[in-house]
Amino acid sequence: MSENHTTSHEGENHGTYGSYIVGFVLAVILTVASFAAVLSKAFSFWQTIAVLGVLAAVQMVVHLIFFLHMGMKSTSQRHNLAAFVVTALMVAIVIIGYLFVLWDAQANMMAG
Amino acid sequence: MLGKLTLSAIPYDVPILVGTFIGVAVIGIAVLAAVTYFKKWGYLWREWLTTVDHKKLAIMYVVLGLVMLVRGFADALMMRTQLALAYAGNPGYLPPHHYDQVFSAHGTIMIFFMAMVMMQALFNFVVPLQIGARDVAFPLINSISFYMTLVSAILINISLFIGEFSNVGWLGYPPISELQFNPGVGVDYYIWSVQISGIGTLLTGMNFLTTIIKLRAPGMKWMHIPVFTWTAFFACIMILTTFPVLTVSMALLALDRYVGMHFFTNDGGGSVMLYLNLIWSWGHPEVYILILPAFGVFSEIAATFSGKPLFGYATMVIATGIITFLGSIVWVHHFFTMGSGADVNTFFGIMTMFIAVPTGVKIFNWLFTMYKGRVRFEGPMHWIVGFMITFSIGGMTGVMMAMPAADWVIHNSLFLVAHFHNVIIGGVFFGYVAGLSYWFPKAFGFKMRDVWGKWAFRFWFVGFYLSFIPLYAVGLEGMTRRMNHYDNPNWHPWLLVACVGVFVLAAGVACQVIQFVFAAFDAVNRKPDAHDLTGDSWGSGRTLEWSIPSPVPHYNFARLPVIRGLDTFHIEKELGRPAPVADLEPIHMPKYSAVGPVLGACGLVIGFALVWHIWWAVIVGLVVAFFTVIHRSANLDVDFYVTVEEIRADEEAFAKRLAAARAAE
Repeated sequence: MSENHTTSHEGENHGTYGSYIVGFVLAVILTVASFAAVLSKAFSFWQTIAVLGVLAAVQMVVHLIFFLHMGMKSTSQRHNLAAFVVTALMVAIVIIGYLFVLWDAQANMMAG
Repeated sequence: MLGKLTLSAIPYDVPILVGTFIGVAVIGIAVLAAVTYFKKWGYLWREWLTTVDHKKLAIMYVVLGLVMLVRGFADALMMRTQLALAYAGNPGYLPPHHYDQVFSAHGTIMIFFMAMVMMQALFNFVVPLQIGARDVAFPLINSISFYMTLVSAILINISLFIGEFSNVGWLGYPPISELQFNPGVGVDYYIWSVQISGIGTLLTGMNFLTTIIKLRAPGMKWMHIPVFTWTAFFACIMILTTFPVLTVSMALLALDRYVGMHFFTNDGGGSVMLYLNLIWSWGHPEVYILILPAFGVFSEIAATFSGKPLFGYATMVIATGIITFLGSIVWVHHFFTMGSGADVNTFFGIMTMFIAVPTGVKIFNWLFTMYKGRVRFEGPMHWIVGFMITFSIGGMTGVMMAMPAADWVIHNSLFLVAHFHNVIIGGVFFGYVAGLSYWFPKAFGFKMRDVWGKWAFRFWFVGFYLSFIPLYAVGLEGMTRRMNHYDNPNWHPWLLVACVGVFVLAAGVACQVIQFVFAAFDAVNRKPDAHDLTGDSWGSGRTLEWSIPSPVPHYNFARLPVIRGLDTFHIEKELGRPAPVADLEPIHMPKYSAVGPVLGACGLVIGFALVWHIWWAVIVGLVVAFFTVIHRSANLDVDFYVTVEEIRADEEAFAKRLAAARAAE
């Protein structure tokens, strides 16, 4: 009764050909836009920083949805999303918490 | 060739260690000789060491946990007797350097190699059975987890006889754990044994989280999951979010010590406080990782032995979730005195006090579960009643210390030591021992002798109060922890009482050992009526594990159960079980594998070689481990099917036993 039976990969977790293309095009557009924002010199220094920040944030969301398969459509997408949210929450707790604590670490020192 | 390892690393001039070594060697040789004499090596290798069966791994975890309990308890005996003697000019029998290693080893062993090991034993045994799964999601990784834990336990014990162990406490605070102040290998033993066991725990967390999410029986919705599995679920989330922090802090400390970096040093821009934040943002969730499964055990036991459903199932789940979240944002209460201002300390103090709310909800849920129930005071039930009393006291002293102002007075005193033993012995330990006796008949098909369990409980309960209430008192009188000797006459009587208490605890440990010896005896030679024929060992089981034969067949469930609600098994007992509709089918199972033991051996070699700077052995270990994994990945012959004939034979035998049990009633 023995037969080789490699572990299966369910399809629901993976994107379709079309969704990868959409993600790729969006990523390229966002990347080109970032370079354009710097090279065109259309914005002032701080404006450029802000534009780059927004584009980077959108870029991250595009990657998460189209390449890391997060979303609400299938169970497995929801699992990916939940894992990401929990991780992000923990990282946020640690980083914000450490800044909060260590920033305050000299409160009782005369140094001020 | 051998790095820093020379003959002088062997402490043959310390009589206590030589005596211990001879004892361990005699027992070890006796065990090996017995295995050889009875020609059991093949059996041991084929059936146990290479197993990927979660039930067998659970049993091996239990054995490891009990051995390490005895080891850690020996350390406790030494500390209490030392402090009973070392008063007013008497130096006691443990020199400070040795005493420091004893308390460091005691803490490290009890948390990482007793409590975590027992917890993983319970996860392994109970979780797949409760959710109607045939194994965990990644059986081979489960075996690797076990071997990582095992070899790091071995590594920590090697430090007894080759070199020394860490002398800086169970969390290895810098700067004293830095090379500048601690040039020996003790801290290195600590770092690598914690690091290797951390890999095992992380893999366990990943494995069981996936198992609970993906492998539940058909029809089992989230709110149909038994409470123990819920607590395991939340504990796994915390393992996954916090153990990487432990790994990072150990890695940074190792970089400081091995390649001269300056993360936590006094000079060169290092920050000791960063280490404290890192280690406690793992360390505090860690104690919730330990206690939540114990809460789960109590929930199962309270319902079973009260003959009632658990009171407030939904609030139990929600409270567990809230504790999980709050447990991640309270770490600073371990070092209120580090000098933060009022805003930081107030935030963390209040968050800490909040945790008492969901925990209190749980205590009331257990009380209301027992209320108007037909409570049967069998062994496991003793531990839960003892737990509720003891843990409530420990919880209240915890809330006391959550007040930063009060904590400034009792920080690092024996009051703190009394507090955390109060919650860890009264909560975690009582819970795991209760779970052990509760699920033992499921694993072996007969009950342990209850009378010895009850005596163990009585000694542990009384011994706990004798040992630790005096520590509250001397803590309030200003005695700091980790003290080797003292001159204060007020402390001496308290410490004598504590010393008596630790011997009462020793009687408890002895009763547990006797209980296991009798269990081993009963395993071969017991009265026929001691058999658990029905699989429902306590007669009032509510969850799925009691619906299958004991001991459990290796494929767990002949047919996957169909779940219709909470406590489906109990409801089916009341209303009559529907006849199985589905015909038996071949069951797909994983094959046993030698990859676990091989990777374990690599881990041991790598750990030992890193401690002693034997670089060539590190490389050999890594290369062998790498090719083992590659070889495994290319191996497609990893599974088999259990035949229908075998399952049918098991099912018919089980039906006969059930009929015999019914006839006997």
